[in-house]
Amino acid sequence: MTETTLSPETTAPAAIKGKSLYALDDLTRKRNAAEKRFRAYGMTAIGIGLFFLVVLAYSIISEGMPAFSRTVMKVEFTLTQEQYDAAEKELFKTKAYESIFISALKSQLDASGISVPFDKDAIGRLVGKPGGTIRSFYKENPDQLGKNVAFELAASSRVDGYINGRVTRENMTDSRFLQKSDLDIVDALVKAGIIVNVFNWDFITGADSGVDNPGGAGIGASVVGSFFMMLVVLFLSLPIGVAASIYLEEFAPQNKITDLIEVNISNLAAVPSIVFGILGLAVFIQFMHLPQSAPLVGGLVLTLMTLPTIIISTRASLKAVPPSIRDAALGIGASKMQAVFHHVLPLAMPGILTGTIIGLAQALGETAPLLLIGMVGFVARGYPDGIVQGFIDPNSAMPAQIYTWAARADFAFYEKAWGGIIVLLVFLLTMNILAIILRRRFERRW
Amino acid sequence: MPLFWLVLIVLALAAISYTVGRSRALASVGGQRSKLHSLPSYYGTNVAMKAAVPAFIILIVWLLAQPFYVNGVVSGMIPDSEIAEGSSRGLVLAEVHRAASGLDNAVAQGDMDEEFARNARADVADVTQRLKDAGQIVTSQITQPILRAAQEYRVLNSTGNLFMTIVVLTISVIGALWGLKETTPEFRARNTVEQGVRALLVGAASIAILTTIGIVLSLVFNTYEFFRLYPALDFFTGTTWAPSFSERGGASELGILPLLWGTIYISVVALAVAVPIGLFAAVYLSEYASPRVRSIAKPLLEILAGIPTIVYGLFALLTVGPLLLSVFGDEGVGIMKAGTAVMTAGLVMGIMLIPFVSSLSDDIINAVPQAMRDGSYGLGATKSETVKQVILPAALPGIVGAILLAASRAIGETMIVVLGAGAAARLSLNPFEAMTTVTAKIVSQLTGDADFASPVALVAFALGMTLFIATLCLNFVALYIVRKYREQYD
Repeated sequence: MTETTLSPETTAPAAIKGKSLYALDDLTRKRNAAEKRFRAYGMTAIGIGLFFLVVLAYSIISEGMPAFSRTVMKVEFTLTQEQYDAAEKELFKTKAYESIFISALKSQLDASGISVPFDKDAIGRLVGKPGGTIRSFYKENPDQLGKNVAFELAASSRVDGYINGRVTRENMTDSRFLQKSDLDIVDALVKAGIIVNVFNWDFITGADSGVDNPGGAGIGASVVGSFFMMLVVLFLSLPIGVAASIYLEEFAPQNKITDLIEVNISNLAAVPSIVFGILGLAVFIQFMHLPQSAPLVGGLVLTLMTLPTIIISTRASLKAVPPSIRDAALGIGASKMQAVFHHVLPLAMPGILTGTIIGLAQALGETAPLLLIGMVGFVARGYPDGIVQGFIDPNSAMPAQIYTWAARADFAFYEKAWGGIIVLLVFLLTMNILAIILRRRFERRW
Repeated sequence: MPLFWLVLIVLALAAISYTVGRSRALASVGGQRSKLHSLPSYYGTNVAMKAAVPAFIILIVWLLAQPFYVNGVVSGMIPDSEIAEGSSRGLVLAEVHRAASGLDNAVAQGDMDEEFARNARADVADVTQRLKDAGQIVTSQITQPILRAAQEYRVLNSTGNLFMTIVVLTISVIGALWGLKETTPEFRARNTVEQGVRALLVGAASIAILTTIGIVLSLVFNTYEFFRLYPALDFFTGTTWAPSFSERGGASELGILPLLWGTIYISVVALAVAVPIGLFAAVYLSEYASPRVRSIAKPLLEILAGIPTIVYGLFALLTVGPLLLSVFGDEGVGIMKAGTAVMTAGLVMGIMLIPFVSSLSDDIINAVPQAMRDGSYGLGATKSETVKQVILPAALPGIVGAILLAASRAIGETMIVVLGAGAAARLSLNPFEAMTTVTAKIVSQLTGDADFASPVALVAFALGMTLFIATLCLNFVALYIVRKYREQYD
């Protein structure tokens, strides 16, 4: 087809036959079909790309949303001073509280008119050991004695899975953690409004738990770790990047050294991120003995990684400032330095900030270098104590935390990992929207 | 944190110098600004610069040099007899550092007074017990020479820090005084300050070079160290990857070929997904799509490029892997054993690379001059014929460059393969089998418990070196082609 279309010998006979121009001959039809097919390929390619995007978004949201809710047992009851004293006199104190709890649960069930047989062991499988929680609550708040208190006790992770559809009657096996008969109780309690799904604030504000407690794991501490890391990146990469770009764009003479710097920057932009991790490990940890797993080190590594990106975008926005601005400043007697710092730089600032935010967003999602400087395997159990500790105490970062959860054996952590991704993407989205707004509002076309 | 305070004090000195320098310049001309060579603020900045910059340079040099000196002295205090069989001087020094920081912490907590911590005749058992009481971690390996070395280490460091503070502050004051002496109406303060700023700018620009040097040095030194322990020939030609963490590298077989094969195989699968889709998408967007469609579809596709790789990794591990397993696994075709496989990682990496290929190709196709299209249309070619016979051949070098850049991204990608490709290193042709890559092994060798001196950890640096050189070559060629191509139509 391709050779024939353009050669006059083959198209000429068609013309000689004296056919109407409106009737398509075979060749034209074939060519038009090829044209349509080609167009369809293009549309399919875009369609496939967008399809992947939708699938990705769907799986993130559908798998991650359960991490934001948790299943609790809501039980209301009043503990009188006498009951408290009596329970404290018992040998097994938490057992005494447990029986108080169970009787309260029973009366609440009766009140809603639903009856289901249950025993103490079943309750233990559903909410763990409620006695301890109740006792410590009253020990801390003795003034609540004699008042009506609504307890929200976290249900066990299997019950949570049942409510969220992770565990079903078909795929579960009876174990000491949960039995099939318990699910009847759960159904009844759900109907009575005792087992409910509430928003899981602990996931957003909490710290990582150990490997044995997926229900209690939260991403808060690693958000703080990421925040300190981003502070380091921002305060190092913005000034250094801007200074380097100003030099290269405005002052650098055309010589070998400038060429060397330029080649270096464009190559560093394409070096795999894991190599920066190796650099961080060898230079910052082995050589300089900076603390492992510290947001400071992570920030330094990510700074080196984002610098090329920031330099490239900053140079583009410096280049976009028209030469007439410089000429005007020089013309009224400003020095070269003054022209750049007083006139060119402020005009390029919106573009620079946009580039910096996008660079920061990239750094925020980067995982591989953090693995090498020890930000995995470390269980971030709490928040840093202060600002200095925030930089130098071991912590995790959001992507590293997600990786840690994904690498754990317990499937319940996968839900947390997806939830963590939602949190991470919300941050990235916010930063990118901010960058777009900045660009829309302040970008000037000359 | 004395270092923190030192920096603050120097900064405060600089701030004071600024105001003093400024007012001195004004005073020297009796308040008539026009008699000064430069604006008063430049005089202030000059003085502040002289107070801060030399002081900070000295501070940084000192901080880098002191550990070398102290370690050298302390290392000399440890007799060879103290270094146990199978241990090394480095490990004993680490023990010294641990003991010293234990003493530091104990003193800081008030569980031990400074005098006791420094007592050269202190008995090791006594000190160990007191350290344990203070809640410090004490290993059983502390011996009398190590304790002595740790005490000496503390003393040297504290005197070193004291001297550093004195020297830095003196230099700062001298600098400020020198700057003040210079402050006369004729002094060209602006030129001096601008020279200083220029030096700062040059310094910032050369950080790129420093980073490259840092990467190369850290790779070269550790790779050299590795090849001293493990023959280079075996590394490059070995077909078995079986690190053994238990023994000191003797039983490990560290051949790179299975890893390279896994890397290349996964990259090829990824490119087989990304290149056709990306290229067709680019052609459609630049030649067919209406501006409206383009303005919606292009940013949507580029979202794929902005998603962190950890998300793709999780997507591979938890969504794509099980999906493929249900089709090709035992219940389906029966050629896939686990969710992590070459296909899983390759497919997901391909998705990640689609926007990379499409936006680079889009730029390149747009750079083809409109005159060439018009000429083709004028001869009666359809749009697709124009694309196939005029635009793509003209854009080919650029597109090859873009594909090479995508390939370099693919072989350097870490998170997707760490989570999606599995951990077994094998040479196999079945794309549904788990394989591993260079990057995944770098992560697993360096995040384990092995100490940095053993071959099983050092091999990661040799792998990193291989990866670095491979991506560097690809990038060089790709950037060269793309640049050449751009010049052609500029």
